[in-house]
Order: sequence, then C-alpha cells, then structure tokens
Amino acid sequence: MKPMFTARTLMIALLALSAGPTAALAAGGAKHPKEQHWHFSGPFGTYDQNALQRGYQVYETVCSNCHGLELVAFRNLGQKGGPFYLDSCPAGVSDTVDCSNPNDNPIVKALAAKYKYQVTDGPDDTGEMFQREALPSDHVPGPYANEQLARMANNNALPPDLSLITKARAHGPDYVYNLLVGYQDAPPTVDIGPGQYYNPYFEGDMTVVMKPEYLHDGHAIEGVTVPPGGTLAMAPPLSDGIIEYGDDSPQTVEQYAKDVTEFLMWAAEPKMEARKSLGVMTIIYLIILGGILYWSYRRIWADKH
Amino acid sequence: MSHASTYTPSTGIEKWLDKRLPIIRMSADFMDFPTPKNLNYWWTFGGILAVCLVIQIVTGIVLAMHYTPHVDLAFASVEHIMRDVNYGWLMRYVHANGASMFFIAVYIHMFRGLYYGSYKEPREVVWMLGVVIFLLMMATAFMGYVLPWGQMSYWGATVITNLFSAIPVVGDSVRTLLWGGFSVDNPTLNRFFSLHYLLPFAIFGVVALHIWAFHTSGNNNPSGVEIKDVKKDAVPFHPYYTVKDGFAIVVFLILFASFVFFNPNALGHADNYIEANPLSTPAHIVPEWYFLPFYAMLRAITFDIGPIPAKLGGVITMFSSILILFVLPWLDTSKVRSMRYRPVARMWFVLFVITCVFLGWLGGKPAEGSYVLFAQIATAYYFAFFLLILPLLGLLETPKPLPRSISESVLPKTKPETSAAPGAPAAAE
Repeated sequence: MKPMFTARTLMIALLALSAGPTAALAAGGAKHPKEQHWHFSGPFGTYDQNALQRGYQVYETVCSNCHGLELVAFRNLGQKGGPFYLDSCPAGVSDTVDCSNPNDNPIVKALAAKYKYQVTDGPDDTGEMFQREALPSDHVPGPYANEQLARMANNNALPPDLSLITKARAHGPDYVYNLLVGYQDAPPTVDIGPGQYYNPYFEGDMTVVMKPEYLHDGHAIEGVTVPPGGTLAMAPPLSDGIIEYGDDSPQTVEQYAKDVTEFLMWAAEPKMEARKSLGVMTIIYLIILGGILYWSYRRIWADKH
Repeated sequence: MSHASTYTPSTGIEKWLDKRLPIIRMSADFMDFPTPKNLNYWWTFGGILAVCLVIQIVTGIVLAMHYTPHVDLAFASVEHIMRDVNYGWLMRYVHANGASMFFIAVYIHMFRGLYYGSYKEPREVVWMLGVVIFLLMMATAFMGYVLPWGQMSYWGATVITNLFSAIPVVGDSVRTLLWGGFSVDNPTLNRFFSLHYLLPFAIFGVVALHIWAFHTSGNNNPSGVEIKDVKKDAVPFHPYYTVKDGFAIVVFLILFASFVFFNPNALGHADNYIEANPLSTPAHIVPEWYFLPFYAMLRAITFDIGPIPAKLGGVITMFSSILILFVLPWLDTSKVRSMRYRPVARMWFVLFVITCVFLGWLGGKPAEGSYVLFAQIATAYYFAFFLLILPLLGLLETPKPLPRSISESVLPKTKPETSAAPGAPAAAE
C-alpha cells in the first residue's frame, strides 16, 4: 500500500475539519425500491381524494405519534386538490358559508379542533403560554416540543418531519412505500441491538452490525454477503386491521402504506394538480406558437432558397 | 456597428431625437444587421441564452421578494414560496430548472463556437467575453444553489469554499472572507444572496459587450468564410433571424416547460429537500449536474505534482480547465475556422465532446477505484485537446478546399460538406 492522498480522503478531511463531529456514512447499498403504480404518476396523474383522506387517517392515527408535518397547515387540507376540499357545502351548513374556502370548510375546522395535539399559543394577558385547540390557520402540531425530547423518546433517534419526505429521498414515494411494507427479520449473519429493526430498503451499512465471526478487517469474509439496507429505530409501524377505514378499502399493511404515501406526496407537493394542468395548457400553447413561427419562418425564407 | 446605417428619421420627433440620442437609429441598425444567410440551428442558442437570462432575472426578482436569507428561515421561506405564494411554485421551479436550461444552452453554444472556430481572428474578444460570462454564470449558479439551505446547499458550499484554502499563503484568509466567519454559516448565506442578486446584472453587462463585439466583427457562420458580398451572402437580422430564433426559442421552451411542469425535481438532488444540518454529512456530496465535469477534474488529481500537493493540484486543474479557454484563440494554429473543412480536427472534436460528457458522468460517481483512473485519462485528454492537438493539427493537417463565398457554400452543387455538421439540421438557405 503506497500512501496516496486521494480526493476521497481529501473530501472527508475537509468535511471533518469544517463540521466537527460528523458521521461519514459509508453507503452499504439499500435494496432498490420496487416501482409502484401511483394515481399521481405521469403528466396527467392526479391525487385520488379518497386515498388522500385515508392517508390522512393513517398519518393521524399512526405516523403522528412520532413524526411531525410542520410545513402543512390544516387549511391546506381543504385547499383545491387537498384531501378534504369541498366544492360546495354539505347539507346543514348555512348558505352564507363558502365551504370551498379552506378556513370555513367544516371538515377542516373539525379535524383541527379535535386533533390529537393542541397548539401552544400566547403569551396571554397574564404573560403565560397556554394550550388551545388548533384552528384551520395553524400548522399541524408535532408530537414533540423539541429535538431533545424527540430523541429521548426514541432511543436517541430523531424521527424526521414528513412534510417533504417523498421528495427528500431518492425514488421518493416508491421508497416510502417499500420501507413501510419491507420490514424483515434480521438475517442470521447480523446482530442488531435492542430497539433496532432491519429493513432492506433503508439506507445504511449492515457491515457494522455483522457478527464478528463473519467479518475480517471490517469486511465480510468470503462466501458471506452483506445484507442490503440498514437498521433503524422505527419499529414496523403498520399491521393489518389497526385502522378502521370508513370506506370498503382493504385494511391491510399494503393499503395503509399506499394511502399514507399518497397523502405524504400531496403534503410535499400540494400544488401538483395545478402544476400539471397549467403544464398541459402551456405545452399546447407553445406547440401552436411554434407551428405558427415555423410556418412564418418558411414563408419569410422562401425567397432565399 | 460595422455596417453603414440605413436609417432615415422620417418624423419631426425622430429627427430631433436622432441629433441628440440616436437610440432609434441604434435599434434600427441592430435589426438591420447583415447576418450570414447560412446560419444553422446551432446559431439559435445565442438568442435562447438571452431568453434564459431574462427568465432567470425576472423569476429571481419575484422570488427575492418572498425569500429570507437567514439560516433559520431560508429553508422554510422557500417552502412558503412553494405553498403559500400565488404561483410561487411556478416561479421557483422555473428558476431552479432555468439554471439547468441555461447551462444546457451555454454548453451547446460553446461547443458550437469550438466546432466552427468562432473564437478565431477577428473574434477573439467575442470568445473571451463569452468565457467571462460562463465564469460569472458558474459563480451565480453555485451561490444560488446555496440559498434554499438544504443539505446539498450547505455541504456543496462547504466543499467548494474549502477549495480556496488550497491557495498558498492567502488561502485560509480567502476562505474566511468567503465565509464571513469560520464555517459556512449565516454570514455566508447573506453574502451569497447579495452576490447572487448582483452577478446576473454583471452578466447582463458582459452580454451587452459580447453582442457589441460580434456586431463589430460580424457573425461567424458554418462555412467559416467571411461575408464577401452583403447582397449575396447576408440577410438582415430582422425578419430573417428573428423568426428563425423565435421558432428555436419556442422549441427550447417546450423542453423547458416539460421539466418545469412534469418533472421539476428530476435535475435536482433529493437531499436538498432536507434542511441543512452541519452535524450530518450526506453520504455523497455532489454538485449540480452542470458542474460535474469540473468536479471530476478536481478529484482526478490524487497525486502530488512536485511541490504542489494533490489538493492544490486539483484546484489548479479545475480552474485551468476554464481559464485555458481564454488562450484558445492563440492555441489553435489553423487558419481554417470551420471544422467542416477540417476532417481530422473534427474527429478529435467529437472525441472531446464525448470526453466532456464522460467527465460529467464520472463527476457523479464516487472518487474511488477505476473511476479515478478514468477521470485522470479524460482530464488528460481535455487538456491535450487544447495544448497538443489543436496547436499541432493546424500545422500538420490538410484542410479541404474552402468555398469562395458563403453563397457558394450553400449552393446545392458544392454541398456535400453539409453533412459534416454533427446532427445539425440543414443550413437555412
């Protein structure tokens, strides 16, 4: 081994120098997420409002126990394209109310008011902070007051906020879905600690948890492969039947995962439907304009041939 | 302007103004500018780039109205734009994808200049101003990518600003100055925002000089032969090229729109949707795609060169890869501009383009194993193209006979060389 100052060591040194305590993760290679068919895929794809509503239910019942959704406000749920958007008011609501306005949407108001966490407001006239029911204008309150509390409750792991999760991971929605349904028993070659769970789709490096008899110099011995994926502190969050759907959709892990992923895609990209429909009009406009310009171009240049 | 003015003020106010500020005359001469009649579609990228610059400035000004350059608020303010500002998502996606479109166009524009010898006498200054614009674009794009304050913003900024510490003697001070402190932090974000707002106007100014310069030398053209007879060889810019550029711009906008509306995050990195965290380093730090070839060259130098340590060697290599373009007009010894008439040079050029794309691919791979070796070979070829091949070819090769004039070059009977343009649509004749 001749000592070589490689760009890689340079890079790590640079980062370590500037960042202090950093964890330079060696990517162990996670399993490639299996591609799913999504209602929102493709240039004409839209969100399935029923799926969004079920997905919200999954988030509210399960995910929100540990994960925040801080970029989403309750009013967003009632915006056009959102899970609880109403064209017109349901029976029994006064005529003077415009339910397409998310702030007046009765479903959104009710969801905010009975949400499992309250909003910290204040200070009041006596100078104290106080808890109150959420309003449509409030952002969805998270489970923990701060990062320290979140880590303490989760074996020192920090549950990421889910507002952008489907855009913050490679293969976004496919990844989230596969992670949720992809938990497996740890392979016999590894020894994972208590409070840790094996998932082949999670980005990590399983070499670090392999049993010592399968390792030599920090690498797997010949004939033994490093399992794909990594370990995480999140226990498999879903199991069949834990959430009662209002419609007749199957109450299975796969369906829950699919619905909550679609909901989280909406949470990350709430303007997708407006974007795609404007896109279709824009492309049509540009094609017509291009056609006219091409025709003009041929006409103008005709005498130069 | 190099051509005689044909403008005659007709109304009283035009005559009055023409004696005091001949701005109408200037615009009229601009529209009337005699332009070679054989420009192909590769020549439309100048106009496309002007459109890109305007789109970036307009969307950028609107975004700046809603963005907050503070480490605690920047990420959330971008999401505020995406969610709460009317058509904020459109502004941001146009601006983010606009950067990529700008670079696609500028790379095509530069390769076109290389292929047709647009940097040669008397257009050296046009070319050098172009290199200045390219450098300013890179600086602007880099600083713009830092503003959303995602993980790649932060770590990209850390890696690139750290490069400056490799400069002997003053390196550490330069880096501290860039940072405004001792790491990438709030002062860095603030000055990057300020400069990101400033530099596009500097680009605008240099673009004006770039256009002025080629209105003095005249446009190059696919034959590389100068205009001999304005009547036969040239057409007025308007309407002939306004309509042709207009058509090309619309085709380009269709590509642009298909990214903005249907795949707005395809050219970005998922990690930038995670807020910057100085305590958590991403597994792979990669710059935006348009910097990858240069990133590959930076990382290719893994060995000390005499007294120059590898890190400094990489930085010198990376900056030299652009600075070398400034002296290109004097490195290329061939008097023949267009590679249509230089079959040997054309082969080396195609290999050069492939090398640049290959370097881009390598820049996205981890710098380990055979990737490093490939990057070293490709970097060697990149420099050899400018330092060995172009100087020697001019002396050794035998170019094909040149057409006597532009109009002769586009006449059907002397046309077999048209196929030389790589994939170029037929010249507009």
